[in-house]
Order: sequence, then structure tokens, then C-alpha cells
Amino acid sequence: MTDAFIPTLCERVREAGARKAPLRIRGGGTKDFYGEASAGDPLEMSGYAGIVAYEPKELVLTVRAGTPLTEVDSVLASERQMLPFEPPHFGRAATIGGVVAAGLSGPRRPYAGAVRDFVLGARIVNGKGEDLSFGGRVIKNVAGYDVSRLMAGSLGTLGILTELSFKVLPRPVEETTLVFEMDEGEAIRQANVWAGQPLPVSATSWQDGVLRVRLSGAPPAVAAARTRMGGQESSDAAHWTALREQELPYFRDPVLWRVSLPQASEPLELGARPLVEWGGGVRWIAGEQDALALRSTVERAGGHAILFRAADKSAGAFHPLKPAILKIHKRLKAAFDPEGILNPGRMYDF
Amino acid sequence: MEALATASLRDRTLEALRAIEPALAIVADEEGLRPFETDAFISHRATPMVAVLPETETQVRHVVHACRKLGVPLVSRGAGTGISGGAIPDPAGVLLVLTRMRQVVALDALARTAVVEPGVRNLKISDMAAPHGLFYAPDPSSQIACSIGGNVAENAGGVHCLKYGLTTHNLLAVRAIDGDGDAVEFGSAALDAPGYDLLALMTGSEGNLGVVTRVTVRLLPLPERTDTLLAAFGSVGDAARAVGDIIGSGIVPAALEMMDRIVIEACERAMRLGFPTGAEALLLVEVDGAEEEVVEEMRRVRAILDACGAADVRIAADALERERLWKARKGAFAALATILPDFYTIDGTIPRRCLPEVLDRVYRLTAEYGLLVGNVFHAGDGNLHPCIFYDANKPGDMEKSEELGGRILELCLGVGGTITGEHGVGVEKLRQMCSQFRAPEIECFHAVKRAFDPGGILNPGKAVPTLKRCAEWGGLHVHGGALPRPDLPRF
Repeated sequence: MTDAFIPTLCERVREAGARKAPLRIRGGGTKDFYGEASAGDPLEMSGYAGIVAYEPKELVLTVRAGTPLTEVDSVLASERQMLPFEPPHFGRAATIGGVVAAGLSGPRRPYAGAVRDFVLGARIVNGKGEDLSFGGRVIKNVAGYDVSRLMAGSLGTLGILTELSFKVLPRPVEETTLVFEMDEGEAIRQANVWAGQPLPVSATSWQDGVLRVRLSGAPPAVAAARTRMGGQESSDAAHWTALREQELPYFRDPVLWRVSLPQASEPLELGARPLVEWGGGVRWIAGEQDALALRSTVERAGGHAILFRAADKSAGAFHPLKPAILKIHKRLKAAFDPEGILNPGRMYDF
Repeated sequence: MEALATASLRDRTLEALRAIEPALAIVADEEGLRPFETDAFISHRATPMVAVLPETETQVRHVVHACRKLGVPLVSRGAGTGISGGAIPDPAGVLLVLTRMRQVVALDALARTAVVEPGVRNLKISDMAAPHGLFYAPDPSSQIACSIGGNVAENAGGVHCLKYGLTTHNLLAVRAIDGDGDAVEFGSAALDAPGYDLLALMTGSEGNLGVVTRVTVRLLPLPERTDTLLAAFGSVGDAARAVGDIIGSGIVPAALEMMDRIVIEACERAMRLGFPTGAEALLLVEVDGAEEEVVEEMRRVRAILDACGAADVRIAADALERERLWKARKGAFAALATILPDFYTIDGTIPRRCLPEVLDRVYRLTAEYGLLVGNVFHAGDGNLHPCIFYDANKPGDMEKSEELGGRILELCLGVGGTITGEHGVGVEKLRQMCSQFRAPEIECFHAVKRAFDPGGILNPGKAVPTLKRCAEWGGLHVHGGALPRPDLPRF
């Protein structure tokens, strides 16, 4: 069935294009809540699954987009390797294609890189029903525009992801967590100071006066950093998984904003209790906010705000784009998907 | 009649450029234009109609506007160190020289970012960051001269890519003027930005999607300790196995470089490093990080090298000795020039496991052409740099070397690699682009360009070949039996 999958998919897209009938691309459906709602005939991708190639010594993995993230994780773990961007699953059914389409990275992101940093190649079917391959299976490649990284976070609006290649990395031998008591401003400052020093910091989170710092690496490096940084050692490794999966009590509020800011910027005066991670780069805000006021405050600070979870997203899930960049977005969308059938409206109103 | 039309377009272009306020430096005389005829891809050259040297973004914007209005090609250029011909002027166009835009706008040690104009040299950023214990990671071999705008345009690499990534992994934001003459901010000072990741497209777009006017780079902490060693092997296969085993053991070295016999012998003659005769491959391994981590990893690297049959291992005891070991790698090209004065460097990347096989085929192909090849390359990421030697004074030798280069790139593609790992396509590898990509993919690249540059004025004819040229070369991969533009003539 898999050999025929892509030609059949191309045919289906061409046929949908001819009818101008939108398609709603879906992997495991674990990120249906994310972004804007999108109407259209469901296009199930979870059937196109499996490891295409994995050479641990090359640090390169190629998989079909419908492969479950849990399978990718366990295949890599069996060789003591990992996806360094630590993507959230948000459910057992999460697929690797959904991970790339959503472009979401986890706690390790500021210290290791984002999804897009580890995408080496992408095979896609565009809105014209063409089967296209960009990038490749080698670590260094500058032939052609970097269309494969463009796919990360484009929410299926430019192409249907069918196969993906990643750079993977060795899993750190040792991990531990240090806990410090400090206020938000001090925690952000301190996290940035540490990030500027040769320390094996791999994640930070701050909430209600408690800063947690994860150290990952070779045992002697972790031990030396622990001595240098002080704090209380914690055995609560589950904290980082719960943070990544938004299973901490903080995330129980049905409304959740994700504010992305320059890492070292001051705490926002919003009268809300944030949860800060990414060394200050992401500040989660649970509960209702005045969207316009929040977005203008955040924009002044050099960032952007996503209405991450909410029943009512009339304020717009994503931060509005400036006219010059919006113009390019619309032209790109028209180039990749001239009939506007791929997840229309999932990101913005195009 | 045609000459008249050209003359009048030149006059109109000059008039438009002279009207720009505040006024900018304009070079239009034959003598003054000579230094701009080529970049570091010296086998090709052209004289631009006119060159301009702006000092501000406003001037850049006006220049792009003028070119857009007149439909005149615009080629951007930084320090001119590119080796794929990406900055070679268009004889009927404007050359935009960005070397006068070299302000360091900001350096924020706490946020670990630097905001610089495109003409700032790569190495200068690391020099400025060093007092804060920080550095800018991408280090192309030309880093002393190359400018950051060009690094963004080429997605420049270097010897430390395996661990620290390419330019694309070390940027936060790029401000650029698109083909409409609009200033656009790609990325942001935060770790992500709303919308599509257009920063990914801009990086490595070879001046085709915008003119870079400002770059925000990420700075990293200088490692606490760096250890370097050089190991000699009796065969390329053993050295390649050591590379795979080191990475397979969970170590990501900062650098992992290889040199073959021809390079070793040239280095030996030029630098007298005293390596055992008969060494077929040298491996330079650098590990950096926390003090204790480096000591531990170096111990494991030593054990792997021994197990793979390394004949001679030298560990640098201090910074001075490290410099000396790197001399063999960094001085390799100069040493090679003692063999024959002219050489042509290839930039293919392959899956690392194919190293011994590909090198063997490179040697055999080179022998077929009656030329000489030396290999000095980034083994850790499979990025080959075969240097083909030729004599420019011998008629046909250069053409022969270019043809061999093309064959080597096809070889890289054959094992699942790419035609360029870090040097860019420019004008040099247009033909091989037709082999790496199929017609609908090339058409997609053109569509991407049109989204940023609807008038097609930015560096036209570089980086992506036209389908027509691919058809002429006969290298086009026809997909599904049909070209997307059957109306185009084929030869």
C-alpha cells in the first residue's frame, strides 16, 4: 500500500484542487486544538508510517510523516540517541509529521535548537498535487532554497508532509535538576547568566518563586556544574516531561497564552502569574487576557503572543503579521497551493 | 539600435541612482569598476554597468526601488570571498557593495546577541564577543575577511559545523530589503517569530530573495577547555571508520577533519610536521566543553583511534601546540598550491559511511582525466573538498578540471549526497542543480523567488537554473514523464 500511497495522494490533491474542495490534513489529531480551526475533508496521514532509514553513526534519521512520535523516540532511544528539540506529544497518537507541521519544541529548545534546526529534508505534496523533495539526508546542504525548514511550523498550509529527515544527537548520559528559590526577574537574569557560561544547562522553568534548572551531559561535567551553581538537587525528572506535555497543574486553566520574548527581557507587568521557561524565552500565561493589550505589550518588548488554548479564538490564534511580511506569506501560499485547499485558515486567513 | 537602448538604460539608471538622498558613492568608470569584476570564483568575471556603495539602509532601499522601476538587475556583494560566483556582477546591472555598512549596532552580553550591519566581518563578531566569554560559532575559512551579510546569503559553514551548526542555526533575525524595495524583518529577537519561517528561506538564498541590511546573531559561551589531536592512519578506510566510531560512541566533536596522502605530503614539504611516511590519512579531532567532560571524551577518542589502528597520535598540550596542529589543516590549501599554482575546490556532501568508496572513485576519475586531486575536508559532516590541480597556462586544463568537478558532484549525488555543503550554487553549480532537483522542484524555487522578488531583479540567473538551461544541458530529471512548462523550447 505504501508504494502507491504518494501517487494516490497526489491524485487526491489534484482532484480536490479541481473542485476547490479544502483538505484538512491530520496525523494523530493531538494538536487539533492548536492554531485556528480548519474545515475540509479529513486527509488522514497516520497510515503512511515507518522508518525509511536510520544510521546512528550518521546522526541522521528519515521517517514517513505518519510515524508515531513514540515509535521515533523509542527507535532513537535504542541507540542512545534523541530528537534534540524534545517535541511535546500532547497525546499518544502524535505523529512526526504533526510535530514538524506544528513546529513546537520542548524544554531543551534554547540550548539545543528548535524543530526547524534539525530538519534536514522534507518530501511534500504541494497544493498542485506534485511530489517534491527538498534538502536531503546529509548534515550540510545548501543547494536550493531551504524549503524543508520552511515546512516547520507552517501547519500544513504549504504542503502535505510525507517524509522527513532529521539530524539526531546522542542522548546525554546523565541528567539532574537543581532547584533555587528566587523571584521572576532574578530567575530570568540568572538563567541568562548561566546560558552565557560553559555549563551543561538543558532546560529551565520558573513558577511561583521556584526556579528549576536541568543539567544534561557527561557525568563529570554535570557534577562540576552542580558544585558551581549550588541550589538543591531534585530527583524530580518527571517535572520536565510534565512541563513539556503541559500536564502540570498550571496548565489546567482552559485558556492559555504562549508569549515568546527575547530571553533576557524583564518580567511582563500583566497582573498574572506566568510560568516561565526557555530561560525567559517563553512565558506561559494561564487565564483570560485582553488580547489587544497583551499583544501590544508583547510586541513592544520584541516578541509575539499565541492564543495557545482557548474555546474562543476570535482574537486570532496567532500574532498579526506586519504588512511587508504578510505580502510575502500570501504570495508563498499562492505559489505552493494556488487553489487554497491545504488547511486553509489554519494559521491566518489564507 | 541595441547599443543605443543599452546606453540610454545606463543613463537612466545613473540618473536614478544620482537622485538618491542622501547621496551615495557611485562608481561608473571602467577603471573604478575593475576591482568588482569577480568574487573569489576567479575563473569568471564581468564588469557591472555601475557599482554603488551605500552606507545606510535607506540608501539600499532607494537603490532597490530604482532597479525595480527600471527593471535593472541588482547583484549584492560583501567582501567578495564567495567561491561559487554568487557575487559576479551582471554586465547590464547594478552592483550593490555593502562593505561600507559595517556598524556594530548592539552587543548584549546577557542576552548573548549581537546586532550588526552586513559589512561587519565574521571574525570581528567573535573578537568583540570574546571579552564577555562569548563567540559567534560559524567560522568559514575566510572568516578573517568575509562579511556577515555574505555569510547569511551563503548559509556559511566552517570547521565546527557538526557541533555548532551552520549560519542558519546561529541567527535570530535578518532585516532585508525585498525585491519590491520593502524593508522586512525576518525572525525576531525572541527564539521564534509569528508566521512562516522565512528566515530559513532568506538564509542561503544567495542574494536572490532580499538585500541583507542588518543581522542579529546568537552568541555562545566560549568552551572552558578545548583539546585537539592529530592522528595518522595507514588507510583512508581506517580513518573513516574512526570518524564513524567516535560519533557512534556518543561524542560530538567540535571538529573532525581529514586530509589525504597528497595533502599530507604537500604539508610535509611546506611545513615539515614530521608525520610518518606512508600515512594515507590524517585525522584532526577537536573536543570542547567543560573541563572534566573534555578530559573524559578525549580519553575515549584516544581509545577509539587506537582500536582503529592509528599509527601516530599527537595531542596538543597547550594553545600554541593546538595552533600548530591546526596549521596542517588550515595551511593545507597554501601547501597544495606548491604542487600546482591553480586549483579548483569542490564542495559535495555525502553520507559519511560512503567516504572510502567515494574517495576511491574520486582518485580513479582524476586519473582518467590526467589531473591531480588532493582531499582535505570536514569528515565529521561528510562535506568533501577535493582540490583539483591544473595549470591555467595549459590550454583546456581549466575546462577539464571543471568537467571533472562536475563528475565528482554527480558521484556525491549518486550516493545520496548533495552538490554543495557550504559554498553555494552561484554560477558554478547551476548545471548540477538540474541533476539534484527535478523540474517541479526547480519551478518551486522560482515560485519562492517570485514571492520575494516579483520583478526578478535580485541576482538573476544565480543559484537556481532556468528549466530551459537544464533542458539544454540534458541534465533535467523529467518527473512523471512531463515538464511543468511544455511550452518552453527544448534542444
